[in-house]
Amino acid sequence: MIGSDVVIENVSKSFGDFAALNDVSIGIKKGEFFSLLGPSGCGKTTLLRIIAGFEQPESGTVLLDGKDVLPLPPDGRKANTVFQNYALFPHLTVFENVAFSLRLKKQPEAAVRERVNEYLRLVELQTHGSKKPAQLSGGQKQRVAIARALINEPSVLLLDEPLSALDAKLRQHMLIELDAIHDKIGITFIYVTHDQQEALSVSDRIAVMNAGKVLQVGTPQEIYEAPATDFVAKFIGETNLYEGSILSVNGELVTIESAEFGSVQVTDTDPPPSGTRVSWTVRPEKIRIGPDKPSTSRNALNLIQGRVDEPIYSGFQTKFYVKTAGGATLKVIKQHADWSDEGPEIAWKDEVWLSFSAEDAFLVEVKG
Amino acid sequence: MKRGPGGLYATPAIVWLTVFFIAPLFIIVLYSFLRPGLRGGVEWSLTFDAYRAIANPTFAKVTLNTIVVALGATLVTLLIALPCGYYMARSKNQTLLLLLVIIPFWTNFLIRIYAWIAILGNEGFLNDMLQALGLTNDSIRFLYNRWAVALVLVYTYLPYAILPLFSTIDKFDFSLLEAARDLGASKFGAIRRVLMPNIKGGVLTAFLFTFIPIFGAYAVPLLVGGTESYMLGNLIADELTKSRNWPLASAISLVITLVTTIGVMLLVRANGANVLGGGKEASEAKAEQSAPLLNASLVALPHSGGGAS
Ligand SMILES: Nc1ncnc2c1ncn2[C@@H]1O[C@H](COP(=O)(O)OP(=O)(O)O)[C@@H](O)[C@H]1O
Ligand SMILES: [Mg+2]
Repeated sequence: MIGSDVVIENVSKSFGDFAALNDVSIGIKKGEFFSLLGPSGCGKTTLLRIIAGFEQPESGTVLLDGKDVLPLPPDGRKANTVFQNYALFPHLTVFENVAFSLRLKKQPEAAVRERVNEYLRLVELQTHGSKKPAQLSGGQKQRVAIARALINEPSVLLLDEPLSALDAKLRQHMLIELDAIHDKIGITFIYVTHDQQEALSVSDRIAVMNAGKVLQVGTPQEIYEAPATDFVAKFIGETNLYEGSILSVNGELVTIESAEFGSVQVTDTDPPPSGTRVSWTVRPEKIRIGPDKPSTSRNALNLIQGRVDEPIYSGFQTKFYVKTAGGATLKVIKQHADWSDEGPEIAWKDEVWLSFSAEDAFLVEVKG
Repeated sequence: MKRGPGGLYATPAIVWLTVFFIAPLFIIVLYSFLRPGLRGGVEWSLTFDAYRAIANPTFAKVTLNTIVVALGATLVTLLIALPCGYYMARSKNQTLLLLLVIIPFWTNFLIRIYAWIAILGNEGFLNDMLQALGLTNDSIRFLYNRWAVALVLVYTYLPYAILPLFSTIDKFDFSLLEAARDLGASKFGAIRRVLMPNIKGGVLTAFLFTFIPIFGAYAVPLLVGGTESYMLGNLIADELTKSRNWPLASAISLVITLVTTIGVMLLVRANGANVLGGGKEASEAKAEQSAPLLNASLVALPHSGGGAS
């Protein structure tokens, strides 16, 4: 099978006065595992339903391989959907569910049998063909839904929070299987989720959405390490987010003046001029914590003194809330020591030194 | 089904069924094997005369007419009720629409039939209108034929079909229709292949709730029908009140009861679906689900035999 590229241009959709999608534009490449990530109610399902053909936008276009599909009904688009609640046909067996689209096309029964069995094998349900959906577990239902959608040989598979009804452990397992299926058949996946962990772990690229808008499109690394807005920074993983104004710019190196830290050095590929008010971020695991001032000749290293307010132990790591002299609280995550790690344990109320490289801290957003 | 204290709770139902269903049925069976009394009633001597009398062409003709009218009216009722039930299930004003369906019940059944006579009669509203508009000069005879009977029957039993259809369609998961469309079905194909099989039980219930009373209809053909639209219910009533042949009336009732019961059972078996419940249950539920249907149809049956409507 061959995937399609999907181009969404300036799509807007309202329900009454409520703008569910506001001028959304995204370009999705052939064969990509692309995620739409955002909190509940941000318009992910609405966008997916527009691509599938269940909803018409007020404005904008949706192109599949360069062809405008908005005039086409759902049954005329080479996209198939795995619905949030699976939407398996309760009156049909697993086999008949998967065979549904082939039988609609009036394919010969022998061919149907062969192909359905092939797809049931793909999702490892070959022995469950004669069961009714009500007799299946959540994970099995989900795999039937995937097989039923894939057998139609779509060039785009739309998945609406397909794992949200499963428990945490099964979710991990199904996510890996989904990724394996994607690798095997190579069509475009558009995957809707509100779970940033899910999106980060399988996507080629992610569009982060909030309140009907796309805030950032990028690889998981770009989204995580260089969030485009405050919202993205806070929504994806944990972070430290502060405001300040630009003191000086030197190439990509930006020095920010902030009340809590004095001056801090961060990077940005296209920094605004001096004096601009901005917010900046650094991830907790990018900050090094230690009892002594690190002695290094490295440039562009930020050094901050503070006192441990609260250490939170969680098995494989410890999170520290460190209060700086300026009154800010920074989150710091330290992986647990192996044999090569020397020095005393850091405990509550200890005076510590924090250090992070300007390369790991980013300008996020220009404040008005 | 559970045993034990449940039996105690069933007592009122058992008493009710015994007094109002089994006992009358027993009396009807008994009477059908007796000789008619001179002014109605029976004489206590055993005979098969009543059953011999049934085997005559008039009875066959009336039966055929009854089947044709009942099937036709039921089919039309279902065809109207299905889109109504669908629309109500999808509507945001369900309570209002339900109320509208139920409102006709606030008026007595007979008065509603007379209202139809007032509309369709020779001097009726419809004829007045047509003449006032200059479309016709003479009044048209709308009443006293098979079509008038069918029309009023459809009108009368429409709510009985809409309500079970609405309640089943309301439980239907409409995202299944989207899934079918997504997989390549046309709008109509999705309804036929996914909606219909899942609301089969409701359709069957609606069919029984309309067909059984229409099959035993009495007042409607009497008031708006002509000689050619004479139905079994009228035949029974006439045997009771005019010919005063109670055993014959009993025998006809029994034949109707038997035929409808066997028909219902065959229909239920063929569909294998639960009838009074929704459409989403697993297949294991089937066996138990047919029980309430059977009770419901049995309770409804004396209605058809007695020709109450
Ligand atoms: N058919 C509809 N009618 C009215 N409002 C709707 C409809 N569908 C979605 N919405 C609203 O649009 C917003 C976005 O919904 P949705 O796309 O389902 O969000 P998500 O999938 O991201 O949780 C929500 O606030 C929701 O209430
Ligand atoms: Mg959603």
